[in-house]
Amino acid sequence: MAAGPRRTQSKRKLQKWLTLIVLIVLSGLFLFPLLWMLSTALKPMEETILQPPTWIPTHWRWRNFPDAFTYDSKSIGYIPFLVYGHNTIILCMLTVSGAVVSNSIIAYGFARLRWPGRELAFAVTLATMMIPFPVLMVPLYTMFRHFGWVGTYRPLWIPVWFGSAFNIFLLRQFFRTIPFELSEAARIDGCSEVGIFSLVILPLAKPALAVVALFTFMATWNDFLGPLIYLLDQKTFTLSLGLQFYQNQHGGGEWNLLMAASAIVVAPMIALFFFTQKQFIEGIALTGIKG
Amino acid sequence: MIGSQQTTRVRSVSRAESRAAMLFVGLWGFGFTIFLLYPLLASFYYSFCDYSVLRSPIWVGTANYHGLWKDEVFWTTIKNTATYAAMALPLGLLVALSLALLLNAKVPGMSLFRTIFFLPSLLPMVSLAILWLWVFNGEHGILNEVLRRLHINGPNWLGDPAWSKPTLALLAMWGTGNAMVIYLAGLQGVPLHLNEAANLDGAGWWAKTRHVTLPMLSPVIFFNLIMGIIDTLQVFSVPYVMFPNGTPARSTYFYTMYLFDNAFIYHKMGYACAMGWILFLTILGLTWMALKISDRHIYYGGN
Repeated sequence: MAAGPRRTQSKRKLQKWLTLIVLIVLSGLFLFPLLWMLSTALKPMEETILQPPTWIPTHWRWRNFPDAFTYDSKSIGYIPFLVYGHNTIILCMLTVSGAVVSNSIIAYGFARLRWPGRELAFAVTLATMMIPFPVLMVPLYTMFRHFGWVGTYRPLWIPVWFGSAFNIFLLRQFFRTIPFELSEAARIDGCSEVGIFSLVILPLAKPALAVVALFTFMATWNDFLGPLIYLLDQKTFTLSLGLQFYQNQHGGGEWNLLMAASAIVVAPMIALFFFTQKQFIEGIALTGIKG
Repeated sequence: MIGSQQTTRVRSVSRAESRAAMLFVGLWGFGFTIFLLYPLLASFYYSFCDYSVLRSPIWVGTANYHGLWKDEVFWTTIKNTATYAAMALPLGLLVALSLALLLNAKVPGMSLFRTIFFLPSLLPMVSLAILWLWVFNGEHGILNEVLRRLHINGPNWLGDPAWSKPTLALLAMWGTGNAMVIYLAGLQGVPLHLNEAANLDGAGWWAKTRHVTLPMLSPVIFFNLIMGIIDTLQVFSVPYVMFPNGTPARSTYFYTMYLFDNAFIYHKMGYACAMGWILFLTILGLTWMALKISDRHIYYGGN
């Protein structure tokens, strides 16, 4: 029996090593496509189809990046990726500010004020997360068409200024954790609700607002279906839509340029993630906790 | 779950507070009505109409639903979507849960691994779809190149109708980071004393996972499963980019793609709305079923 504890200890050590090895192998699998994207993006055209393939390019062709951005093809003409980037950033600014402003206002009403029917209204709000977008697609389109908004960015950002269930939920959860005594004290001092909201709650809610801003930025940057439905003129495309258009026109062939273009669209998301990892992870974890 | 501050406060609901609340929540009331409730009801009405954008809707009763019933393409897209979901959902659950369990094992470098597994789920679908076209390319794709080196003759992932759906399900695994992070947060909420008690009883890793961790995690699994169903049934962007028109042999023509084509290519708006409502009711039905099953199998820590 004396050997018991030592044996379980060495067994545990083995288990830990095995886990580590499995994790390293899986990491390789997860990283491999991204590394291959980068590798292809740096190769000259001929080297992309070389057999056997090379991981490290023999001729580093950095020019692929500017080329992908300013590509002037004989068959389809100039692909204005810089313009697409500009469009996407403008759109992101409009949606991010809209989401932060509107959802914090709405969540305050749900989290910090009491009114008859609040719980029911909140339940209905949560239930709207179950509505699939395809069922709304047609009436939204015809409505926006009626407004004369099709072909503009308005369908893509104006609705964001009226809140969304997911963000309301996220901010409400956070607002509830702020001690109610703070609001009470401000009220006794004669502060209005607007004052409490903007001077007491908002400054304390910065981490949660950052999460909403991050998620919204990401969703807008990555959105494909929305721009596909509403944007008609090639000059107004976003990066995702532009990239699809580019690929669709080109098909296979210049994979090095396609990968360079893809990498340019992917890179800001990776950079953003590295700087804001903590908020991301906490924000997502928050959505999985029942409330 | 309602905060304890609520119960300790004695202040009654004042009229001024209610009025202020209308001001704050009114914004959402407007957005909810215009951008959710109205389109939802309008979509239901249009589903009984012959409607193209240019002409106003004409009531045709259940003709759209009858039409769908006899529409072969409609059934093909249902079959495709169901087959894809049957592959992607269990696989996604298994991969995300396994990754979370591995990461929860307190090995060094946990946050680095977490970053690596989570990252792909954040990236733009279109870029990823194009990347996959290149990696899975039958001729010059790196994947088949690697397999060749291992003396395996890789299939024509993208061109063979038998492989196109499994390929998409495989790709979806790359984006399970979101679910993984939610599982991980759930795992960190499993009380330590339960595992310690199991240790004292001499329980092994599998016994602990099976009898302690998974039951404690069941609400989170349930949440992720419902979210997974909703997302998977609406799969659109990746197949739309990778397989225009559902090639090869319509094997990747999914429900939302056909709905989109009906609405914006064939301008059969009423038909598309009928499809939308069928999707909505299916999601509601599946969620209701999941809730029924969960009543018996989910452990909600004591309340």
